[in-house]
Amino acid sequence: MSTRPIPPMTDLTEPYWQAAQQGQLKVQRCDRCESPQFPPRAHCGACGSDQLSWHTASGRGEIYTYTVAHRPPHPVFAEQCPLVIAVVELAEGLRLMTNIVGCDPADVSVGMPVQVTFEEIDDSEVMLPVFAPV
Amino acid sequence: MSLRGAGAVVGVAELPPQRYSGDATILELLSQVATDAIDDAGFQRSDVDGLLVHPIGGLPGFVPATVAEFLGIQPNFAEVVDLGGATGAGMVWRAVAAIQAGMCSTCLCLTGTRRRPRATASGAAKSRPREPRSIPPTRDRSPQAEFDSPYGMIGANVGYAMLATRYTHEYGLLDTQRAKVAVDQRRNANANPAAIFHDVPLTIEDVLSSEVIASPLHMLEIVMPAAGAAALLITAPDRAVDARQNPAWLLGAGESVTHSSFAQAPALDATGVGIAARSAFNQAGVSPADIGLASLYDCYTIMVLLTLEEAGFCARGEAGSFVESHDMTFAGDFPLNTHGGQMSFGQAGMAGGMSHVTEAVRQIQGRGGARQVAGLELAYAHGNGGIIAEQAGLVFGVAR
Repeated sequence: MSTRPIPPMTDLTEPYWQAAQQGQLKVQRCDRCESPQFPPRAHCGACGSDQLSWHTASGRGEIYTYTVAHRPPHPVFAEQCPLVIAVVELAEGLRLMTNIVGCDPADVSVGMPVQVTFEEIDDSEVMLPVFAPV
Repeated sequence: MSLRGAGAVVGVAELPPQRYSGDATILELLSQVATDAIDDAGFQRSDVDGLLVHPIGGLPGFVPATVAEFLGIQPNFAEVVDLGGATGAGMVWRAVAAIQAGMCSTCLCLTGTRRRPRATASGAAKSRPREPRSIPPTRDRSPQAEFDSPYGMIGANVGYAMLATRYTHEYGLLDTQRAKVAVDQRRNANANPAAIFHDVPLTIEDVLSSEVIASPLHMLEIVMPAAGAAALLITAPDRAVDARQNPAWLLGAGESVTHSSFAQAPALDATGVGIAARSAFNQAGVSPADIGLASLYDCYTIMVLLTLEEAGFCARGEAGSFVESHDMTFAGDFPLNTHGGQMSFGQAGMAGGMSHVTEAVRQIQGRGGARQVAGLELAYAHGNGGIIAEQAGLVFGVAR
């Protein structure tokens, strides 16, 4: 459990957060052209179709880049620094902002294989997808 | 159709950046630089029939009308430009395009910000103690608030730090190479009385011994927020020849918006930086090798390095060795950010990005003072907003 800004979810993004509560990472995919989407969209970014369905992602990926934040980017993160903020590229080809948990920040590297895991924000019942080394 | 030679900057005004502003409102700061820029050109207030401004905190909307009324002008072209650090450069080509389209003949471009020690501006707020459990308001329903902020991807430091990590992974980059950018720019600032760090020398050791804020970036390779304002007066070719100052002709412009969240940024060899720069050079009909002054957006050292190669001043992956092997001061073999760059001149909100334009213009006009680049004919100014999200590039020349 950690203190963080609560994501301001919308009707459109609710399936993403509901899936996270069930321990699943779901992303949209276009029914027409099969392009994966992130962040969630109303229309396919590639073909414009409004027929987008939620699919469970592999949850596996690798670290595209990262930083170890020594100064909190916002006071709410003061207790969590040094904090590893990273962009992870999923096997599906999508990139997500995330944190790397479950290892020493000094051991994090670009290209490191990681797997999604979930962390509750305070007692909000909001489960946040984060990633840990495989 | 091209913007080449369709307009020129004839007036420049800039308030030297300060850590904090006094009691003046943002409207008063903008009024000051607007008036100074009109005077600088030798024009009259009644000549101004175009106005470009940017979103202003505390003004919920109707920004051009509010500013125009405060200035006492009634423009026939009025617009808000909202491209972060690319706003200033983005204003220039819009002004020239509006002139070319016959919508106006003389356009003011205004940028600035005030900054108070106890203000709620993001920079000042971070230094104030807060309850650890307090969280940012969730009225912002953007995808960034939802998918970036919960991870601490807030502000720009961590984003540019991730850019630096990725660049270093792909091409290799030394801490000393990044530091060299900050140090050469400081030497330029030491020759610029308007720079906020005019009197403060800087060495590579100083940069590398400063605190690591977000790895690999140190405190002294991160821009410092400041207060200030800057204005340009841009006019049509037939009016430019009557101006008190030499015209700085716009020869080419380019723009690109590629993403908002850094997680969605293109690969390092496909950034909007390159798209905007190539458009500007193509339109101007010149190449990076023809440029005598590079005025490149420098919120962080890594941004200068990436822009050098994406804009074509050096080969891909060679920015580190390029900065090591060139003297980037005003008297050097590759003059870069001769005003000091924002890192040493000060970043007064959108006037920070505009400072790369004001410096390019002043140098092209031959008004660089002690830091004038000798024999300068062509300058390139680049603006960058968000985390390499919004780009605008401009080529200026002494001749049309």
